[in-house]
Amino acid sequence: MKPASFIHHRPSTIDEAVQLIARHAPEDGRILAGGQSLVPIMAFRMAKPPHLIDINEIAELDLLEIAGDALRIGARIRHSAFGRDRIPGPTGALLATIMRNIAHHPIRTRGTFCGSLAHADPASEWCAVAAVMDAILVARSIEGEREIPVRDYFEAVMTTALRPDEILVEVRLPLLPTGTRFGFCEFSRRAGDFALAMVLVTMRIEQGRIVDPRFGIGGAEAFPRRLPQVEAILNGAAPDGLTWARAAALAAESLDPLEDAVTSGDYRRDLVRSLSIRAFTQVEA
Amino acid sequence: MTKQDITLDVNGRRYAISVEPRKTLADALRDECGLTGTHLGCEHGVCGACTIIVGGETVRSCLMFAVQATGRTIRTIEGLADGNDLHPLQRAFMQNHALQCGYCTPGFLMLAAGVLEQNPDIDDKELIDVLSSNLCRCTGYENILAAVRAAAAEMRAPT
Repeated sequence: MKPASFIHHRPSTIDEAVQLIARHAPEDGRILAGGQSLVPIMAFRMAKPPHLIDINEIAELDLLEIAGDALRIGARIRHSAFGRDRIPGPTGALLATIMRNIAHHPIRTRGTFCGSLAHADPASEWCAVAAVMDAILVARSIEGEREIPVRDYFEAVMTTALRPDEILVEVRLPLLPTGTRFGFCEFSRRAGDFALAMVLVTMRIEQGRIVDPRFGIGGAEAFPRRLPQVEAILNGAAPDGLTWARAAALAAESLDPLEDAVTSGDYRRDLVRSLSIRAFTQVEA
Repeated sequence: MTKQDITLDVNGRRYAISVEPRKTLADALRDECGLTGTHLGCEHGVCGACTIIVGGETVRSCLMFAVQATGRTIRTIEGLADGNDLHPLQRAFMQNHALQCGYCTPGFLMLAAGVLEQNPDIDDKELIDVLSSNLCRCTGYENILAAVRAAAAEMRAPT
């Protein structure tokens, strides 16, 4: 359980970091951010990157601010930063709630928001947030900067549109409008373990009707996504048990579930239905 | 692979050591600094036995490399007591029978110490969530919870 040898690079600027990753990406050089996924993978020798470009000393990446109608999250922002009431409104409340579902306390002090998106584990809560909130991902390389809309970002399990020579320097989350309510529910077999499924829903309720619903699932498929057909059921409907039951049933039916030796596709469908109902009930409360 | 000369600041003492970049902070503390109070269980961030405090935050020392810890203030179980005076958490663990085999204990103590310093008024729900971070296979969670509650009350009391 000891990682293989590597050369440790410690750039202090983004420019320096993109130079380093450009040079070392062809030989499987990797970015080291919080290390809470990469280091275990290295301990198991499933990854043996000969170069690690450690971005923890880059102060420019400490960005966490509201600019216009989006929240900008830099690559050095740890999960725990979202628990400190720094972000106002429903966006802040949603992020603080979801942060408490990520792994465990000592993981949240090191692991980063952008690192979770770069890693793209199907069970990542932040990946589900990015999908539901229509995040923009900002990638930097020596060729410059490009913005990737989240709908073009996830490609498969732990596979994204990010190129090996790019650094995910920032994620922009469009702010939720005032009055937005949300529900989030996930299931894992042990506290803090990888979730087998999760549901995130946001909406406003105006004159007894659902407005601007967003509904997404994570952990249950290869990568998280919104389910527009479920949103169509919710849109304009009354926020009641009948609507929730119809939407939850369609969510379960729409699933293309991950399956493994201990978790069948049917079990994941069942989880998605149950978790949807629980998430909807949080919205109502 | 080439070793790097680094200095670690652990419990107020400076340790000049030479490590490969791949050496985890946990291994460096144990092998190079001789501080074997930090235990290693799983070595991949699941069990929490290696929990220590770096720069005021509780971290898994098996998921950091030693070369990343230069210039940071590191605290381990060896620095928790004040000389012969045990930390309130250590006394509470003894009084509440919060350990049996003791292997997980340094990790639990550093986890609880770090969290109580940041959040002395932690409520039970949060505390249970925090303590779920670490594994105790003697299954002493109820007693560990009781001990941390007792220590938190003592630490909050005006002296």
